[in-house]
Amino acid sequence: MIKNISNLGDASVYCDFGSEVNENINSEVIKYFNYLSQLVKNNKIEGITNLSPSYNKLIISFDLSLTTFSNIKNSLEKIHIENEVKRQSKNVKIPVCCEDKYGLDFERLCKKLKLNKKEILNFYFSKEYFCYMTGFIAGMPFLGDLKKNIRCDRLETPRVKVPKGSVGITEQFANIYTFESPGGWNIIGKTPKKIFIKNQIENPALIKPGDRVIFYEITEKEFLNWNE
Amino acid sequence: MSEIFFEILRPGINTTIQDYGRKYLYHIGVTVSGAMDLRNHKLANALVSNNTQEATVEFAYQGPLLKLKNGKINFAITGDVVFQIIRKNSEVENGKCYKNYFLEQEEQIDIISTKNSVYGYLAIGGGLKLKSYWDSFSINTKANIGPNNGKKFSISEKIQIKNSIEAKGPDRQIDYNNVSNKSIRVIKGTNFDYFSTESQSKFFKEEYSVTNLTDRMGMRLKGSILENKKSTNIKSEGLIKGVIQVPADGNPIILLNDHGTIGGYPKIAVVISADLDKVSQLTPNTKIKFEEVSLEDAENLFKSYLSETNKYLNEIN
Repeated sequence: MIKNISNLGDASVYCDFGSEVNENINSEVIKYFNYLSQLVKNNKIEGITNLSPSYNKLIISFDLSLTTFSNIKNSLEKIHIENEVKRQSKNVKIPVCCEDKYGLDFERLCKKLKLNKKEILNFYFSKEYFCYMTGFIAGMPFLGDLKKNIRCDRLETPRVKVPKGSVGITEQFANIYTFESPGGWNIIGKTPKKIFIKNQIENPALIKPGDRVIFYEITEKEFLNWNE
Repeated sequence: MSEIFFEILRPGINTTIQDYGRKYLYHIGVTVSGAMDLRNHKLANALVSNNTQEATVEFAYQGPLLKLKNGKINFAITGDVVFQIIRKNSEVENGKCYKNYFLEQEEQIDIISTKNSVYGYLAIGGGLKLKSYWDSFSINTKANIGPNNGKKFSISEKIQIKNSIEAKGPDRQIDYNNVSNKSIRVIKGTNFDYFSTESQSKFFKEEYSVTNLTDRMGMRLKGSILENKKSTNIKSEGLIKGVIQVPADGNPIILLNDHGTIGGYPKIAVVISADLDKVSQLTPNTKIKFEEVSLEDAENLFKSYLSETNKYLNEIN
């Protein structure tokens, strides 16, 4: 349920679902996101220009020349989403090569976590992750939750360039850099898989909020010969 | 019939294609983009009888030097811009903004610079010949999305123009004054209470200076350090254009069209929609002040902004 609806500026609605980060709250956010996306698609609600689901918030942007905060708020308050909304999520498998040339931060991680590389990877690969949201850069998935013993802070000084395909961890989350970008996550490997394909206009992002992701390890040979 | 195009003899500092930008893509991390100064984008199009949504060439500070190949066009430039038209006989004509001109093949437009502002717009009658990405022609240079491989223009590249049969149209001109206002109106943000009472009042009382670290993604400001008494990070959540976020160093950043779609810095305020065009036009070292308005005021101010825009559009048509 939405705990509080407020305005963020004059052209967006800020829906607060709570302060914690967990699958239950996030699933509520995604439920509303999916429902509103359908309304927009079917022209059942006017003026919405964007929907941004995140861990525990949903921001609805709208065109102020077509509607207002109070219009959207009124519509939101009338919405009753049935619980049996069709599950739209899917399972995705992501190959990762963890050779040291791709896993850039094992030295730091081993020291901070007091684990060796093999142990870190065992913990990392033996978990199914939930996609809370995508964004920051196009298609970047925020996946959780990491097992408690491999949670680590961000780098003190972020990298100016994290290579495309890098797979990172920080705090309770795992991610994938879909483009070369600045970033402060601990990099443990690289995937050859295309996560965001911008020419695939209809469906550019491989991983979407609500999807489940499993990472599996591949050798460098498999990495270099990867063919999609 | 040969293709009509501009040959880029000098690309300028940040020359891209923009329109109204993209919708419904925040959730996959693709931002809105689009013209930084939407009113000037619209006026440029109207002056050459285009639909206001047609893509225009946006430039910043120093604009491009363009040579027309294989045809005739009707064009207009808006913003606070100094430009010249170099005619076939090498005669140089000083250009005037908010007026349409006709250009013949081998003639050139030299967009020398913007004055006391950042962005200007060049519209071509009939429009540009481009491929759209998610229903928009806007170039997002950070994610490399849009025409020209999502990159700003470089020397020797071409800007293709639709083969308009009728280059001539009515002469159109308006008097328009780009008023630069140093007072930026905002609505308090969702994390306003993260800041100390002293910082909250400083935010509205003291001047902030626009820094060089300003581009289509955002505008970094410098001034009184805003002291955060709660947490310098929030759980990452959605962002919108106009949000003023404050990272740990205490200096506010105003998010603009190419902003990241999610972020984890507290939001102290949001610029009202009516003031977004003029914020985009602020040049480095400009001193600005924030003024608080209510949601209701912001909505009314936006109505006035729209009706003023429409007044100019009607004057053209």
